[in-house]
Amino acid sequence: MSATTETLSVKTGFSLKEWIFTTDHKRVAVLYMIGSFAAFFVAGLMAMLMRTELASIGPTLTENPANYNVWLYFHGAAMILGYQIPALTGYFANYYVPLMIGAKDVAFPRVNALSVWLYWMGIVLALLTFVIPDPPDIMWTGYPPYSILSPGNTSFYTFTVLLIGFSSIAGGINFLTTIIRMRAPGITWGKLNIFIWSTMAAFVLQLIFVPILGVAVTMLTLDKYLGTNFFNAAMGGSPLIYENLFWFYSHPAVYVILLPAVGILYEIVGTFTRNRIFNYKGVVFGGIWGTVALSGVVWVHHIGVSGIAEWMVMIQVFTTLIISIPVGLLVIGLVGTLYKGSIDYKTPMLYATGFLFLFLVGGLTGIPNAMSTIYFHVHGTQWIVAHFHYVMAVSVTTAIIGGTYYLWPKMTGKMYSETLGRLGFILFFTGVNLTFAPWLYLGYKGMPRRYFDYQQFPQFEGIQRFITFGSYIIFLGALVVLISWIHSLVKGEKAPENPWGSKSLEWTHTQSPPPPGNFTKPVRVAEDWDPYGYGK
Amino acid sequence: MGKINIKRLVRLFSIPIILLACAAHATGGDTTEYIPHEGWDELWREMMIDIAAIGIMFALLTVYLLIRYKRKSPQDTGTAKKLSPVAALGWVLIPVFVFLADDIYLGLENFVHYKKFRNVPQNAYTVEVMSYMWGWEIEYSEGIKTQNEMRVPAGRPVHVKLKSRDVIHTLFMPDFRVKWDALPGTVQYLWFYPTKVGEHVMTCTEFCGTLHSSMHGKVIVMTEDDFSRWIEENKPKEGGAV
Repeated sequence: MSATTETLSVKTGFSLKEWIFTTDHKRVAVLYMIGSFAAFFVAGLMAMLMRTELASIGPTLTENPANYNVWLYFHGAAMILGYQIPALTGYFANYYVPLMIGAKDVAFPRVNALSVWLYWMGIVLALLTFVIPDPPDIMWTGYPPYSILSPGNTSFYTFTVLLIGFSSIAGGINFLTTIIRMRAPGITWGKLNIFIWSTMAAFVLQLIFVPILGVAVTMLTLDKYLGTNFFNAAMGGSPLIYENLFWFYSHPAVYVILLPAVGILYEIVGTFTRNRIFNYKGVVFGGIWGTVALSGVVWVHHIGVSGIAEWMVMIQVFTTLIISIPVGLLVIGLVGTLYKGSIDYKTPMLYATGFLFLFLVGGLTGIPNAMSTIYFHVHGTQWIVAHFHYVMAVSVTTAIIGGTYYLWPKMTGKMYSETLGRLGFILFFTGVNLTFAPWLYLGYKGMPRRYFDYQQFPQFEGIQRFITFGSYIIFLGALVVLISWIHSLVKGEKAPENPWGSKSLEWTHTQSPPPPGNFTKPVRVAEDWDPYGYGK
Repeated sequence: MGKINIKRLVRLFSIPIILLACAAHATGGDTTEYIPHEGWDELWREMMIDIAAIGIMFALLTVYLLIRYKRKSPQDTGTAKKLSPVAALGWVLIPVFVFLADDIYLGLENFVHYKKFRNVPQNAYTVEVMSYMWGWEIEYSEGIKTQNEMRVPAGRPVHVKLKSRDVIHTLFMPDFRVKWDALPGTVQYLWFYPTKVGEHVMTCTEFCGTLHSSMHGKVIVMTEDDFSRWIEENKPKEGGAV
């Protein structure tokens, strides 16, 4: 911590007040980073508890299924709302966006500070789960009527969602304004980093869809505490309304997470292959904006066995299948950039390589999930859990960890140890495959999700234990990653301005770490400048 | 000249159309009964071949590129040229068409099965299942009620009417590849086709509270004779329920 402070502060030493009241986008980014990694760590611990519980049939760690349900609720809610979305649209967006477009800061620095405060309040509220007497046990999906009938305190879920939602909306307005209005002279739309495009897309999605989630959880709270009947079938309401509203936000949320993650990987792959992005326009307009265009009309595959109108299912089977096209274009662009590149396997590039394979498995196992007949068996099973862990949890985590290694010299002014970095990657990559490949099989064989115990499926005990073993390796990998960062802060060599030989502005135009105001003189780029202009 | 060409074209195009029509007739002409779990397995197999083919192709290409273009000396840079407008468009349109063709093919395949999964055969045996926290009450048309134990005759489709007393539950029978939600305030349905005598798991797959994972039961498939005998033996006599 002290080293981070030393390299990021203005002149004085560490001042907590300066950090809390900061409006510097780089410090806000660090606050987001600490919050999101803390959420990742606690939610990861919950995963370890759950995996240990599942290692054998019958009670292993706890006799009370309610404890397990609270762990699972926290794991899901914190991983998505506390870790992935804030890490990508808070931490990375804050650090990269002004630097990549040659701006001094974001458009509204104080609104930015408000965003991170709201986010931290959300995190604190979520952590109270472990303190209050009746914590929420409603899963991150919070379906009524259970979430209304549950003895758990659903309002902690609602207000966490609302706080983090407000934070996202403020962030969306801030970053869209920044990108549209504050690009340095010469940085035209055709020359933006892919990460900037993907962040724009993510915030457009947040601005459109977050309010819908806000409405859904507010209705839930009204039903539970004030006795309204939006979701009460006995009074003419319907729980199906909530399911629709929830997934109308939460499927696009997948792209809020995926797109910036892919954006980071494009930066890593561009830099470590020193190569032009393959088919830039195809990636931006076909891949990124194509995904945005389709994201709002695919939610029904989450609720395909709920008795939703058949015509709606029919339409969305096709739209969901068709989303393979923009996502395919994103992958083609990434793989195509390797062609005639000059690939340097530093730690960030190893993570990007890992992504290519993890995402391939995750993406392809998603195609069956678009099909309404396939739901009949795999819906609500561990197949789905394994699929979205491949595609969201671990693929996106390769982007977040790899992206952090990539950004590390710029952010801290220190180099990290390649040996530790590579070791962490190998453990992580091995662990996730040992965990989630058998997990897919388990789901295909019919093991349901959200199970505290599985007495009805004694045949799965061996494979469950194997998965638990795999998950411990992931945890070990995450610890090595953490150790490598601490090691770098304590003992790392001083980082040069541009250790990777990148062409992107944040590496070429400012020191490591960048001073307050980012650039010593106003940025202006030449007409033939290109963030991926290698080999000229 | 032009006329001949048109005729030829018509003939050329008519071949696949006729073939398609034959195929449609062969699959659509319901002479045999549809068995959902077999249909599902067939679709799944097709899916797996499809995604494995794409996956292996992509993976091999990626591995090749990753090895082939490893950096040789620290000063090396990539040498890819900017795509020409035509090539750039091609690299969008060709994948679009390939994916679209595959998507449409899979989507249509899906509907052939989906339609059958959602149309209960006329000769089905009907049971009503009331879901609650945490179990099922199965009611047979003869007035028998059982808890967490669904007895059905082999060789006949079974139509399940699904209701819920409290929260959302899902009735899932892995061996029959079928599940559907029990949504409070509505009557939902599913059907399956037990072909052989045996015992199967039924279990809940929508989170329904503390004992969600303990909400399971058995589907007991009996021979037609055994089933009739069981019904006879357990039929309520003068208002006495089981």
